[in-house]
Amino acid sequence: MRVVIAEDLFLLRDGLARMLGAHGLEVTAAVDNGDDLLAAVTADRPDVAVVDVRLPPTFTDEGLRAALAARREVPGLPVLVLSQYVEQLYARELLAEGKGGVGYLLKDRVFDSAQFVGAIRRVAEGGTAMDPEVIARLLARNSGDTALGKLSPREREVLGLMAEGRSNAAIAQRLVITERAVAKHTASIFVRLGLQPSDDDNRRVLAVLAYLGR
Amino acid sequence: MNDAVPADGTRHDGPGPAITAWARGLALAGLIPAGLLLLLAVLAPVFLIGGGLAFLVVNVFDPGADTGQQVLLFLLLLAPALGTGRLLMTGKVPMTRWRVPRPADLWGKLLLGSGSGLLVVLLIRGDRSGHTVTLPLAAIAAGLLLGRVFTPGILLAVRRLANLTRRRSGEWCGVPVPVPYLPPEAGAGGQRPEFRARLRWLLSEPATWRDLLWLAVNAVAGWFVLLVPAGLVLGGLIGFIGPVVDRAAIPPPAFPGNTLPVLVAIGVAMTAAGMWLAPWLLHGYGLAARWLLAPAGRAELALRVRHLQQTRTETIDTGAAEMRRIERDLHDGAQARLVALGMTLDAAGQVLDTSPEAARALLLEARDTSVKALAELRDLVRGIHPPVLADRGLVDAVRALALDTPLRTHLASELPGRPPAPVESAAYFAVSELLANVSKHAGAAQAWIDIRHDGGMLRIGVTDDGRGGADPARGSGLRGIERRLAAFDGVLAHRSPPGGPTAVTMEIPCVLSSPKTSSC
Repeated sequence: MRVVIAEDLFLLRDGLARMLGAHGLEVTAAVDNGDDLLAAVTADRPDVAVVDVRLPPTFTDEGLRAALAARREVPGLPVLVLSQYVEQLYARELLAEGKGGVGYLLKDRVFDSAQFVGAIRRVAEGGTAMDPEVIARLLARNSGDTALGKLSPREREVLGLMAEGRSNAAIAQRLVITERAVAKHTASIFVRLGLQPSDDDNRRVLAVLAYLGR
Repeated sequence: MNDAVPADGTRHDGPGPAITAWARGLALAGLIPAGLLLLLAVLAPVFLIGGGLAFLVVNVFDPGADTGQQVLLFLLLLAPALGTGRLLMTGKVPMTRWRVPRPADLWGKLLLGSGSGLLVVLLIRGDRSGHTVTLPLAAIAAGLLLGRVFTPGILLAVRRLANLTRRRSGEWCGVPVPVPYLPPEAGAGGQRPEFRARLRWLLSEPATWRDLLWLAVNAVAGWFVLLVPAGLVLGGLIGFIGPVVDRAAIPPPAFPGNTLPVLVAIGVAMTAAGMWLAPWLLHGYGLAARWLLAPAGRAELALRVRHLQQTRTETIDTGAAEMRRIERDLHDGAQARLVALGMTLDAAGQVLDTSPEAARALLLEARDTSVKALAELRDLVRGIHPPVLADRGLVDAVRALALDTPLRTHLASELPGRPPAPVESAAYFAVSELLANVSKHAGAAQAWIDIRHDGGMLRIGVTDDGRGGADPARGSGLRGIERRLAAFDGVLAHRSPPGGPTAVTMEIPCVLSSPKTSSC
């Protein structure tokens, strides 16, 4: 799997490259600004781009804009955006196209390299990786929602993990239950929220995110 | 939000249609007699004392006696009387230490001194011819008493009348007039003011004298300005059209050629002229009121300085408190976690060889600690200056805020550039606090936020559909927001009737930077 990294802090850029390398991912380019990112993704055509939100020259949301620009330049390019903080606003903008292949994670998540590489792979395969904090805030915001209120605690847990972008298998592993049990929970959640059930993991995730982000 | 009330709580809708202006002029003319009465009340003690003194001097001095001798006697008596006066006024023994007296002291001494001198003369000469001496004395005493006892009350009434005129000038004449008075000094205001402090405060306020001047000018020129339209309209209707309607009751004015069409034409012309003049004269009246009733020169500066002083102190206090909070948060949060992290890593290092399993557990613990430290730093940064505000500016930052509240939020904005960073930050935290208030207290389901910039003002409105009844006096955070906005000369107005809805409008004067310069 080929990866392009855009991160302006040398220590983090270097550390990321080494970590991805150790997990068997090939880092084709590690750049420190948005323009170089665009050049790298058009030249290398990587499987996924890992981009820091804050990049020079503005040190604002340059990286987010570069990531969105890269997706326009190379349609369907999976991008995983990293940040010191998460904003629902940015999550929305990444998800606005309604397609998968996007991730938005706190930088802290690199501490758990196995999980983090898992998220990169998921995004590269067209899935979604939303930070648990984004999901927690989405759920908090919807605390008044009566349909959500009717979910059992277990179902809420499954819903949260599903919204993060995890597959049934991953959820089952995480909650130490069988995949069949997860499937039962998801079916029940979709009925209660009035969503169209779907066999496709990714489409299900997007439906849940769309529901929470109304 | 279009019907938002301006910050000073008044609506300035100008003179309005002619008939309204006409009626308002008439109503304002009704204030003139009240002003005249107050003016007379203020002047009464002056008349009493001055008149009494004049009569006393005329009556006491014997026209037949040698003038030089009399003046000498008077001067001789004046000196000890002055000393006594000083003793009475300041409580200091005379001739012990020379001090240049303040004008007020000097006048007081002269008054008391000459009064005592005259009293002595009176004692010597007696009240020779009836009440020529006792009556003026009584007048002086009455003047002193009236002046001392009633002057503060009367001056405060003058203030009330002047303030009413100021309000009316803004609401009716389209000429807003700011209030010029300085707040009372220590002891002069509050529930139980100290009498002399209050009198001194009132008399030392230049605006007091300008108010009195206004009453005098108003009593002379106000009639003319306000009653000309009334006179024209009523005169035209009654004097010229009246006879046409009922010739028997109202005899037509006698002049050559007073035929029916001529009378009607003159009557209509006068009425029209009165109506046409009314808004203009009302506006002119407002301008005249502003000329004398608005803060002038030094008073204006003094008010400004006071405001700046107050807001500066508050800003510094808020800043210092904020620094302390950050220090405490860092100390108890991230800093403590980093210490724990170091200790855990050290422990892991010590057991690495003997017990790799325990070392692994410790390392995992260290990782969790660092995650928590980062989370705390993130929250801290969000409280200092939210990254999304730095990234995207006010509108998107508020949009991000709205995404985090359980309310259904509707955001309308028209902001062609970015306000200065401190203003942006203050506005952001104000909206943040208002939204928090709405979701905590208002029991609202929806909120409307409106952000726009016009007339050199950043205007932000936050409205909800909650139960209302928000009261700054009961500490709902509105006061705090108000204070923080004041540092930028910003103001907050709110309307929250019981039962809702609550609408809060904020205005901060500022200049927007063009979007081009702000994005690079």
